[in-house]
Amino acid sequence: MIPLVYYLGLAVILFALGILGVLLRKNALVVFMSLELMFNAANLVFIAFSNFYQILDGQTLVIFVMTTAAAEVAVGLALMVTIFRHRGSIDVDQTKDLKG
Amino acid sequence: MKFDSIFDLVPLVVFLPLLGLLINLLFGQKLGEKFTGITASLATGLTFVVSTLLAFGLNATPNPEPIKLFDWISLGSFNASWSFRVDTLSVEMMLVVSGVGTLIHVYSIGYMHSDVRHNGDPARYRRFFLFMNLFIAAMMILVCADNFLMMFVGWEGVGLCSYLLIGFWFEKGKDGIGNAEAAKKAFITNRIGDFGLLIAMFLIYWNFGSLDFGTVFAAAPTVAATHPTAMLLITLFMLLGVTGKSAQLPLSVWLPDAMAGPTPVSALIHAATMVTAGVYLMARSSAFYALVPTAQTAVMWVGAVTALFAATVAVAQNDIKKVLAYSTISQLGFMVAAVGMGATVAGMFHLVTHAFFKALLFLAAGSVIQGVERGLHHLKSDVEIDPQDMRNMGGLRKQMPLTFWVYLIGGLTLAGLAPLSGFFSKDEILVASSQGHSAVFVVLLIAAFFTAFYIGRQILMVFFGEPRSAAAAKATESPRVITVPLLILAALSVLGGLFNFPGWLVMDHWLARTLGEGEPLAFLWSVAEISFALALFGIGFSWLVYGRKSLPKDQPDPIQKGLGPVYNGMSHKWWVDEFYGLIILTPYKAIARFFAKPVDLGVIDGAGNSLAAATKSLGTWLRRFQNGYVRSYALWMLIGLVAILTYLVLR
Repeated sequence: MIPLVYYLGLAVILFALGILGVLLRKNALVVFMSLELMFNAANLVFIAFSNFYQILDGQTLVIFVMTTAAAEVAVGLALMVTIFRHRGSIDVDQTKDLKG
Repeated sequence: MKFDSIFDLVPLVVFLPLLGLLINLLFGQKLGEKFTGITASLATGLTFVVSTLLAFGLNATPNPEPIKLFDWISLGSFNASWSFRVDTLSVEMMLVVSGVGTLIHVYSIGYMHSDVRHNGDPARYRRFFLFMNLFIAAMMILVCADNFLMMFVGWEGVGLCSYLLIGFWFEKGKDGIGNAEAAKKAFITNRIGDFGLLIAMFLIYWNFGSLDFGTVFAAAPTVAATHPTAMLLITLFMLLGVTGKSAQLPLSVWLPDAMAGPTPVSALIHAATMVTAGVYLMARSSAFYALVPTAQTAVMWVGAVTALFAATVAVAQNDIKKVLAYSTISQLGFMVAAVGMGATVAGMFHLVTHAFFKALLFLAAGSVIQGVERGLHHLKSDVEIDPQDMRNMGGLRKQMPLTFWVYLIGGLTLAGLAPLSGFFSKDEILVASSQGHSAVFVVLLIAAFFTAFYIGRQILMVFFGEPRSAAAAKATESPRVITVPLLILAALSVLGGLFNFPGWLVMDHWLARTLGEGEPLAFLWSVAEISFALALFGIGFSWLVYGRKSLPKDQPDPIQKGLGPVYNGMSHKWWVDEFYGLIILTPYKAIARFFAKPVDLGVIDGAGNSLAAATKSLGTWLRRFQNGYVRSYALWMLIGLVAILTYLVLR
């Protein structure tokens, strides 16, 4: 039996990688993938605690998160396609027209 | 019609002019000049008919109840209603206002016809008659009000019309704003007087609990016994109001400038009616003044000093209307002095005759001015001369014989030659002053001498000698619509003395019903002889100076050499305007500038502006965070989340 701390540690590493990916990468697709990474880090924590406490609530929630993430990806990819058609690139640093 | 229902007609004296105004307002522009002028004159004429009916009604029923139209203000114990007082005093004023007013309206039909063309805006013809009818309505409210508040409405109404009509050619005058400045000066000076009248009204309400004439005057003896100081303040503040409206010292400065208005306005408002409102107010409140000898003395001296002051200034004026303006101030001084001496009837008598002969003089002066303007027009030259300057006139009796004769009648009446009306009315005032006010008597006699002198000078300068300008040589007589009212006024000036002829004393008996019975002033031959001799002497002296030989062109006034510095003072109006400018206007402007620059711009605007600047710089600083980079938003979100979570965990 692998202790809970290992799962949590892995989740933290995954989440940190996700944050770094969102903040540092330019390619919108990679940013998206990093976002998914953060989702999954959270999911991992849910599962780990669910198993640890032997309560199914966490696993139920994970299903919800995955569904929501799928929907979000659908919207996000559609946006990205449109941005690409307009600008010929999906570099997030080039879309900075909305500013004060 | 039964004669006690006739008084129900009294609201018509206000509503007929208003109706005329309304008709002209709606249809005047479309139906043309003739229609406008005739409607306005007819409205005023019908007002005169109603006033006459009221006068006949008063013969049958001496003291009718006030006619209440409707309640106006009803607050707790305070009541003021629109009610019309019909008594001998108010009806006398109504007759003068509507009678002289009608003649002036008719005259204006002709006068304004050429005036609007001379000034280049014929569309303004209708506006003139609108204002004139409005003035008649306001003046009627003033004279037939039954309480101080309603009277104040009329008092302010005539002030407004005066302002509008002085500034009738508001874009003309010195530097293009001269007329507007004159209108403003009149309005503001009157405002100071109105402030006094308002304070008097507050004090009256405070001490009497009412503003109705009947209640207040009946209670006056009781209050005078218990609160003598209050009565003194009421009468003195009322005097301030009178000095404003009737152009007495120290508030007389506006009337000469008011000559910027068209001449019929000067005749109607600034000679015959509005400026006499102050005299009317004091006659109406004579129950007050009779109880306060100190105030009476003050009123008497204000009147007497004004009479002399203005008469001396009139001697050295060269504008034909300015002379008459100062003459009006001087004659109003006579009336005020009379009321101050308790000779209310004498004051009212002089008010009536003065309305006749001064309206006549002004209207005739208007005829002269337009005669010269026609001469100027005839020449078609580019030479600009002032058609009102008497130095450009001379010899006009040949070109304008009718105007000359009526002017002569008006002038001699003003000078006080028997048996013209001015002689009798001025004589009554002099008789009143000769009985126990010898100092005032002397002052008034000197003023009477100056009066005869300046009017003699004016007539000689305008009508005698050789023409001193080409325009005067080419002047022509005015049309009949102008001369007929002049003739009627001339007849009234000649016969006006009959209203209170010594021995008959019609006006004494008539006004006694309102003012209470008093001993009528006797006709003293000694006083009459002195005043007659002074008038003759004044005119004779003016002939010696101005008439003996034809006045040369472009020469200083012949009297200037003889009087020297005194003449300088007279022609500069004794520097009253400059004096006020120095002691009131300069400090006032300095205070205004202080409040405008450091206080308003510095403190008040400063507070608003610095708040705005602070908000703006905060915004400038904050906008750096909205830089358009998604990643930076994400970072700030992260920082925020971490901060919130840290707080929640470590709490």
